[in-house]
Amino acid sequence: MATDAENADHSARLAKAGAHVDSKLGELVFLAKRYPLGAIGALIVAVFVFAALFAELITIHDPLDTDAELSLTAPGAEHWLGADNFGRDVYSRIVFGARISLAVGLGSTLLGCLLGVVLGLVSGYMSGWVDLVVQRVSDIMQALPLLVLALVMAAALGPSLENTIIAIAIPIIPHVARVIRANTLALREQPFVEAARAVGMSDFRIAVRHVLPNTLAPLIVLGTAQLGSAILTEASLSFLGLGIPEPFPSWGRMLSESAAEYVRTAPWLVIFPGLAISLVVFGTNLMGDALRDLLDPRQRT
Amino acid sequence: MSAAPTTGETILDVAGLKTYFYTRAGIVRAVEDLSFTLKRGETLAIVGESGCGKSMTALSLMRLIPEPPGRIAAGSVVLEGRDLLKLDEESMRQVRGNEISMIFQEPMTSLNPVLTVGNQIGETLRLHQRLPEAQIKARTIEMLRLVGIPEPEQRAREYPHQLSGGMRQRVMIAIALACNPKVLIADEPTTALDVTIQAQIINLMIDLQRELGTALILITHDLGVVAETAQRVIVMYAGRKVEQASVEAIFDRPMHPYTRGLLDSVPHLTSISGDEAPEHLNEIPGMVPALSNLPQGCAFAPRCKFADDQCTAQYPPFERKGDGHWAACWHSDRLGGDSNA
Repeated sequence: MATDAENADHSARLAKAGAHVDSKLGELVFLAKRYPLGAIGALIVAVFVFAALFAELITIHDPLDTDAELSLTAPGAEHWLGADNFGRDVYSRIVFGARISLAVGLGSTLLGCLLGVVLGLVSGYMSGWVDLVVQRVSDIMQALPLLVLALVMAAALGPSLENTIIAIAIPIIPHVARVIRANTLALREQPFVEAARAVGMSDFRIAVRHVLPNTLAPLIVLGTAQLGSAILTEASLSFLGLGIPEPFPSWGRMLSESAAEYVRTAPWLVIFPGLAISLVVFGTNLMGDALRDLLDPRQRT
Repeated sequence: MSAAPTTGETILDVAGLKTYFYTRAGIVRAVEDLSFTLKRGETLAIVGESGCGKSMTALSLMRLIPEPPGRIAAGSVVLEGRDLLKLDEESMRQVRGNEISMIFQEPMTSLNPVLTVGNQIGETLRLHQRLPEAQIKARTIEMLRLVGIPEPEQRAREYPHQLSGGMRQRVMIAIALACNPKVLIADEPTTALDVTIQAQIINLMIDLQRELGTALILITHDLGVVAETAQRVIVMYAGRKVEQASVEAIFDRPMHPYTRGLLDSVPHLTSISGDEAPEHLNEIPGMVPALSNLPQGCAFAPRCKFADDQCTAQYPPFERKGDGHWAACWHSDRLGGDSNA
């Protein structure tokens, strides 16, 4: 007859032998082997994050410096990715552009997730008329055309980093709110919520301490997926001239400035910013897919 | 038969409790006019079939009935002179987990999967007792040790999925007893566990109850558990109390045919291996009636072999049938003769 003590011992031994690796590094290697595509995605994202954080250290030229003589220089030893029509170094602009892209991407995703989580949690936990109101508000938010909204905001408030972030965050809110609400509705009925009530916990505390942490897995997956699309949206907005104002380097605007005129004569002006956008979105998507598999509760042991 | 020391002082006094659910199908009388008392350190068992109002009684005492559609329509639940049904929600939260605790049926899902075990015990302490963090840690480890979990320091840092079902129920008991409550309600605490673990958990609860002097309301349909642990038994049927007696009296001289039926439904080793071994287990014919549509007279009458016109016409009074032995049946006297239990 196996006692609980023996069971516990056994599981402790299993844990040591199997999935749980002691060192953090070992765990990373284990995960990378299991999800090679996700690891590649994470690596790509890490490279861009590094570039954004240490842009000054890894570039020689100022991204804003113009030099008529260097106009449309082809990629070479001095200007690795060439120079644009104003003679600005494309490599520097892409590296500094990563800062803008990631700032807008992360900023709007975080803002969207934060507000979405609050709305979704309140909506799912309170239910009743609160739920009804929040759901209708999300419907309205989802119905707003993003580009028109950004255009109005840019026109009314002037194009700026903050406004771009807010404009991109708005459509993320209802998306996140829906997912969190659905999870909350299911979690609310879980016995551990009733058990939490039985030890005298308040509704607010239950929602924040017990329901919210259980929605983190889907939230992380959704957030990563949204990150890619937020970066893409920023590029589109900037391409249309509604995003980050001059002279800050933005991948989207680098494309729009050069696409029409120089795509034949100086293709590097189009290829490299385009490549940067594609790569970072590709990277976040790969990472998001791996995270979804990793955090899927059905695969947990 | 166990006889834990009881001081005789009444700690919980439930009177005329009515818990109704207002549904489209009509009013569901989940608990109808239930009264009982509980003494300090005593174990009271509430038994009955599924859907007889046992769990609803437990939730009513905790005031955890989902409202709407449920509502405690009448009655009082007096804990040491305070009527819990009259408290505001804030004060009631102070009572839950602190003065009355509850252990649920499902240890596998009653713990939050994303919080460590130690964290969840500590949380209850933090909620009710203003203690420095170091003492909360110490008390958490102490509780884990008390409920017989080996390597408590290590276990406190683990997540529920790393523990077996029995271990998790021990953790639930640790949470329930962390603040040293006066009353512990255990709603079928062993139903979801392996048979071998069931005995361990029951023994643990008896030991802890003796040690801490907690009064225990044990809700179960397992009469074996009742015989081992309880001093007094309440039998519920269709939301009402139909019999109440000491555990000895219930097993020796049941005064309600429903209680008799429950006792006869328990498999006996002797009757299986003995000479006159029945081919199959006894059962009570029929089903618990829908609580929204109870018959006019005795709710058990349609399933009762003693039922006559009086039973279907009029609900029997809850009468004294012997020393501390009460039952609601017109024909308790007919039961005595042919008992084969």
